[in-house]
Amino acid sequence: MKTTRLPTLIYWGSIVVALVLTLMPLPEGLRAAKPFWLALVLIYWALEAPERISLGRAFALGLVGDLLTGSLLGEQALRLVVLTFIVLRLRSRLRFFPMPQQALAVLALLANDRIVMLMVRSFGESAPIELSHAVGPLVGALLWPWIFLLLDSLRLRTRPSEA
Amino acid sequence: MPLSSSDRAPLFAEGAAGTLKLAVYLLLASLAMIADYRGHYLARVRELAGTLAGPIYWVASAPVRLVRAGYGAASDRSELRDENQALRERLMLAEARLSRLAAVQDENGRLRELLDARTKLGLKAQLGELIDVDLDPFRHRLLIDLGTEDGLREGQAVMDAHGVLGQVLEVGPERSVLVLITDASHALPVRVVRTGLRTIAYGSGDIGTLKLPHIPFRADVRPGDALVTSGIGGHFPAGLPVGVVREVTPDDVATFALAVATPAAGLARSGEVLVLHDERERISGGGADVGELVGPPEELPVAAPVLPRARGEHARGAQR
Repeated sequence: MKTTRLPTLIYWGSIVVALVLTLMPLPEGLRAAKPFWLALVLIYWALEAPERISLGRAFALGLVGDLLTGSLLGEQALRLVVLTFIVLRLRSRLRFFPMPQQALAVLALLANDRIVMLMVRSFGESAPIELSHAVGPLVGALLWPWIFLLLDSLRLRTRPSEA
Repeated sequence: MPLSSSDRAPLFAEGAAGTLKLAVYLLLASLAMIADYRGHYLARVRELAGTLAGPIYWVASAPVRLVRAGYGAASDRSELRDENQALRERLMLAEARLSRLAAVQDENGRLRELLDARTKLGLKAQLGELIDVDLDPFRHRLLIDLGTEDGLREGQAVMDAHGVLGQVLEVGPERSVLVLITDASHALPVRVVRTGLRTIAYGSGDIGTLKLPHIPFRADVRPGDALVTSGIGGHFPAGLPVGVVREVTPDDVATFALAVATPAAGLARSGEVLVLHDERERISGGGADVGELVGPPEELPVAAPVLPRARGEHARGAQR
């Protein structure tokens, strides 16, 4: 029983941490550099444990993110559904990429997500497109290897006897 | 990288089912966004989630609180004494200024009576504390710890000690979201103090800048001019300090001037703010409620009829 519960704990823990990091205040100059934490965590689980991630889950998570950050209800849901769909589609290839290449793929995913975000926002309000929008995905891609290694080691350490 | 147990999944993803699901969820998300944007159909959901979100906000803002507590503990007695001294001096100055203001107000009240002005703006302010969370790096929005339980309503003006900060955008039971005047979707009716010119200050998406486009060249706006709220639109009480003009340049086609202003309020994302409750009070003028008998109770100044429409536009920032 215990063997199945601990990874689940890590799964939910990683999501809660991502939500907290999303809300964490940063100094004014660094705000634009904040990566889309939820997306990074979601990409990891979609790659490594796709039985935990479905489009429905991604949708629900996005709604939680929307409610917490006060954005339009459904915005992050839509972004995460698009992202998850792409990751699950390309999963069998993405998984076996070497790390630098995987980070590049994550960069592409996050950049695409930013475009989706700007598109959604342009319907409702004026969303000026600036260079600073590119910083978040870049930081996300740079952080990706560390997030991957961290979550991987946590997950594998807590999966004792069956392996 | 060891294989996980999930490799029973087919190497090539299933085709139609996945795409169909994608389409359904995209549609759902779009519908949710439209429902949220158009009406406030989802207000109940937000309210419910707002109460559940408390602990997460608490955790996310913990580091800032920790740093602040550490700073408080580390600053020694003499520093605190100096700060205390400085604050005392400032308080004295402010009080002196206030007492002078009281005299002016008194005089103003009498003059208004003579002019038979029916109403005046009574301002009440409520102190709220900002919660140190970053809602969205590309929007200028803040969370405060006041909500419907404290009598907050959507659209109320918010200021700090130096000037207008923004307005209440969404109200929850315990917390509310503010939109700052520098948010790219915000527009604020202002007046240039020196010339009386009325115009609109738009947020620029940059925390130190307001934009005032479409100023006629002959309007004579110069760097250093102070801006206050004009009170048009009925949203913000008139006369609150907004900012100072920093630069005036011709716009792209050189038909109008474009002024850039620095907001007066400290738009840093922590500390305390004042939420204004404007209550239109009658000047009783000695006798009690004489006006009540004369006209219908809704008889308000000129700005009032504009109020409902302006509120909707402001709140969603649809002015641009």
